[in-house]
Amino acid sequence: MPDIAILLPSVLNGITTGALYALVALGLTLIYGVLHIINFAHGSLLMLALYGVYFLAVGLGVGPYQALVLMPIAMFAVGYLLQRFVIGKASHARDENILLVTLGLSIVIENLAVYFFRSDTRIVDTPWSFEVVEFLGAFLPLPKVIAFFGALATAAALWVLMTRTELGRAIRAVAKERKGARLVGIDVEHVYAMSFGIGIGCLGIAACLLMPSYYVTPQVGHGFVLIAFTIVVLGGMGSFVGALIGGLIIGVVESLGGLFLGESLGQIGIFAIFILILLFRPTGLLGHKV
Amino acid sequence: MADNRKTDGLTKRTFLTAAGATALGAATGVTGFPSVLRAQEKTVKIGLIHPVTGFIAFSGTQCREGGLMAIEDINKAGGIKSLGGAKLEAVLADSQGKPDIGAAEVAKMVEGGIDGIVAGYSSAISLATSQEAAKSNTPHVVDVGVSDQIVQRGLKNTFRFGPGYGVIAKFAVDNLDKINKAAGSPAKTAMIIHEESLFGTGTAGLLQKELPNIGIEVVDVIKHANPTRDFTNIALQIKSKNPDLIIPAQYFNEYVLLARTLRQQKVQPKGIYSVLGGAASNYKFVKEFPDAAEYIMDCNHWFNPKSDIALQRKKEAEAKGLFYTYEVFLTYNAVAYLADAIERAGSTDKDAVIAALADSTWDKHGMPYGPTKIVDGQNTGAQPVDTQVLKGDIEVIFPEEFASASPVFPMPS
Amino acid sequence: MRNLAILVGLFVVLGALPVFIQSDVWLNSLIMILFVALLGQAWNILAGYGGQFSFGHAAFFGTGAYGVAVLQVQLGLSPWIGLVVGVAAAGLVAAFIGAVSFRYGLRGSYFALVTLAFAEVLRILSNSVPFTGAGVGILIPLEPGLAHLQFTSKAGYYWLIWAMALAAFLAAWWLNNSRFGARLMAVRDNEDAARALGVSAFRIKLGGIVLSGCFSGLAGVFYAQYYLYLDPGIAYGPAISVESLLVPIVGGIGTLFGPLLGAVTLHILSEITRDIFGDAPGISLAIYGAVLIVIVLFLPRGLAGLGRISARRLLSRRSA
Repeated sequence: MPDIAILLPSVLNGITTGALYALVALGLTLIYGVLHIINFAHGSLLMLALYGVYFLAVGLGVGPYQALVLMPIAMFAVGYLLQRFVIGKASHARDENILLVTLGLSIVIENLAVYFFRSDTRIVDTPWSFEVVEFLGAFLPLPKVIAFFGALATAAALWVLMTRTELGRAIRAVAKERKGARLVGIDVEHVYAMSFGIGIGCLGIAACLLMPSYYVTPQVGHGFVLIAFTIVVLGGMGSFVGALIGGLIIGVVESLGGLFLGESLGQIGIFAIFILILLFRPTGLLGHKV
Repeated sequence: MADNRKTDGLTKRTFLTAAGATALGAATGVTGFPSVLRAQEKTVKIGLIHPVTGFIAFSGTQCREGGLMAIEDINKAGGIKSLGGAKLEAVLADSQGKPDIGAAEVAKMVEGGIDGIVAGYSSAISLATSQEAAKSNTPHVVDVGVSDQIVQRGLKNTFRFGPGYGVIAKFAVDNLDKINKAAGSPAKTAMIIHEESLFGTGTAGLLQKELPNIGIEVVDVIKHANPTRDFTNIALQIKSKNPDLIIPAQYFNEYVLLARTLRQQKVQPKGIYSVLGGAASNYKFVKEFPDAAEYIMDCNHWFNPKSDIALQRKKEAEAKGLFYTYEVFLTYNAVAYLADAIERAGSTDKDAVIAALADSTWDKHGMPYGPTKIVDGQNTGAQPVDTQVLKGDIEVIFPEEFASASPVFPMPS
Repeated sequence: MRNLAILVGLFVVLGALPVFIQSDVWLNSLIMILFVALLGQAWNILAGYGGQFSFGHAAFFGTGAYGVAVLQVQLGLSPWIGLVVGVAAAGLVAAFIGAVSFRYGLRGSYFALVTLAFAEVLRILSNSVPFTGAGVGILIPLEPGLAHLQFTSKAGYYWLIWAMALAAFLAAWWLNNSRFGARLMAVRDNEDAARALGVSAFRIKLGGIVLSGCFSGLAGVFYAQYYLYLDPGIAYGPAISVESLLVPIVGGIGTLFGPLLGAVTLHILSEITRDIFGDAPGISLAIYGAVLIVIVLFLPRGLAGLGRISARRLLSRRSA
């Protein structure tokens, strides 16, 4: 039995870690909710974004938080182009083809990274990397606290985008009823590309906020893909608030699972939830389309 | 890079490209593939199979660099003199981190004519490659793979110049005992943090058994996944159990995260004594995290800091921009050990080379090993050393004859 | 019937190959091709004929592999018994996953994701459980001999995988020509309509997944006996799941020969890229991924679709 005294810090830690996961999942849920694509390339694109943050820091001295101005836009562009010119070309065909295309993309991106960036581990050190915030008896690393608020802000921004802007309305229309949307003059291909772009732009934000707590290697994306999928399913495909809450829940489950079952076996909690949600409430906690 | 490094199977490549271009499914009814006689001088072909892509790509690349360095150095010094100065030729392959691909690459090399293979890095891959090589009695030296099973299968062709985790764990415990006693035995409890796969689990198992024998109680063993994204919970558990010693056995990335997190959570043990710690005796780690690295001890592969050969090689490697990590010098030595055997055998005949590998007493390794003596393919002279990061540099603290500094234990707060 | 003739003829030719091919490398390549074709056909049975896409076929593969390994190493039983037990265990896992998933009406991407989750759960469990060797894995002792289901020559392994693949392809052919298969495909095409016609969709889909799982498990038994080493990552990791679906989709999903076509194509592709770009880490795999994308973009029905598309085009031109 783990010590009672570490239970609360563990839960708080789970919440901050979960916020990081939620950041990765936000983009994925948008992509799934609108395009119905299971984006296998999500992990490699996160990795690409992390390298972007690294090179900005090392090459231009731009810190990860300053990079928040650049990275989301750069990643948005990458996402838009990918959807418009690669993935979109396969979308008129069948579901399994899109799957293969994103799978192929993830192989290409990861291995180009191995070739160009080599496989050594890169980190970005910031002066506050080791700072902690004391809260309710727990030492919460400052970068993770910042990431927590960053996740909240990003989810809020996405919600505003979806509900209060023209683009958001178009995206929701296309997600609900593609043919009808086309009939009223919405450029569906453009909307798809915008959605994918925004989803990948979120990865740019995630990378900036994740980098101070983590590292980057070409394989780093693998560790986040399954967790991101779980959160998307848990929160409800297409729901941002759901992804946020789902992320926090999964973070806490991972923490507590690690405490009670051991860090290795404890991972099972995540997948147990995944399975249970799929079986009993597949629309997720806040399930409804975007 | 040395330009006598070529891809294997010029013949196979040409054939396959033509086949692929003309028709799919060309793999029917062909007896072997045409052997094109090469109008070149005879070279001694050494296969280097490493995971240069995939999860352990960094280590695989370091291994490959070490092997290539050895080949380059040997060729510069005149090649294999007993074969008329024949040059060593590196035949490279990527196992992608998968045992089955490693084995397939072995088969390809054997077919194309290979005189010896140095492979795997990971134990799982080394098991597969050496087994495949055994089918053609091709000499195979395992570079790093520490699982003891590698040399316990009765395969005559399989050799390992470095130590296995049985020896490493025993050495680690013996030296920990010395360090502890020398400081008045302040360490009574320990917690083992290990990665979940072969080397971590195997090492942890052995440590768990042996530590009580030297008066140290293992209060907890934490196994974690690869990759682990966050170590805060583990740090919290360490804090709550408050062991005197933390004993990590992990890969580089996880070690770095753990070390960082221990600092953030203000965990202050009496000592951190890793066994095959992924970063603890790694120049990159020490350079990038000098504060977190200071005073960390590691029982790991290391070179002899008093050997000119070793220091010379270290300089060469660093001049190439490499961090001089264990993957580099272990693979270097595996290749050099093999080359020495070929030299002594005076031929590339497989049986002769295997016999030469088995009775080798090669000593130009620059390692803190006792005299080389091969028993069942394992170099029984091989041993790890204990290092400690002191004033930003990695010093050897045990065995005494190779030590460059005295241990500082317990860690000053 | 014509398909059966082609199938049998093809396998007779394949079976005769080791007599003419002495090269270990070629034999190894052929073994790998048949192995992957087996994996692919197993997946194809569920996905192509049954319409259920799984991302977690490693769950069945790994169970078969661990089955034969554990029985030999921990219980000292003959691997032939291990083969039967492994395949049966894989079938049971398939039955469980299928029962749970279909009972709750999971389809499409939900079904795919749940299979992925189950495979991960098995991987995590096998990492913690002592009888699978946990993180250390299982090493099967090297003892060539038919009694140990190991062979001294590659040809022996080749015929083993050849027999397994033949069984899987015959099963797929049988699906095309049996009432069960017809029902399975009816459920695939329109589950509600099939139900309305009195087909128990649940039982049919369950049968499909068990059949599919058994063949994946069979592939797992082969892997264990050929490489003699397993760990949770090898057995239940995503690599096998990806390989299982890659091959039939490229070759032509729902077709009899698709998995074989896909296996051959992908193998040749990976060999060529490795041979030409082999030395620089990453380049060959990046090109492999790129070609994959290109294949999918230009051949949406997979390679088997090539023949069909041109035939149709030919016919429509004639009638125009």
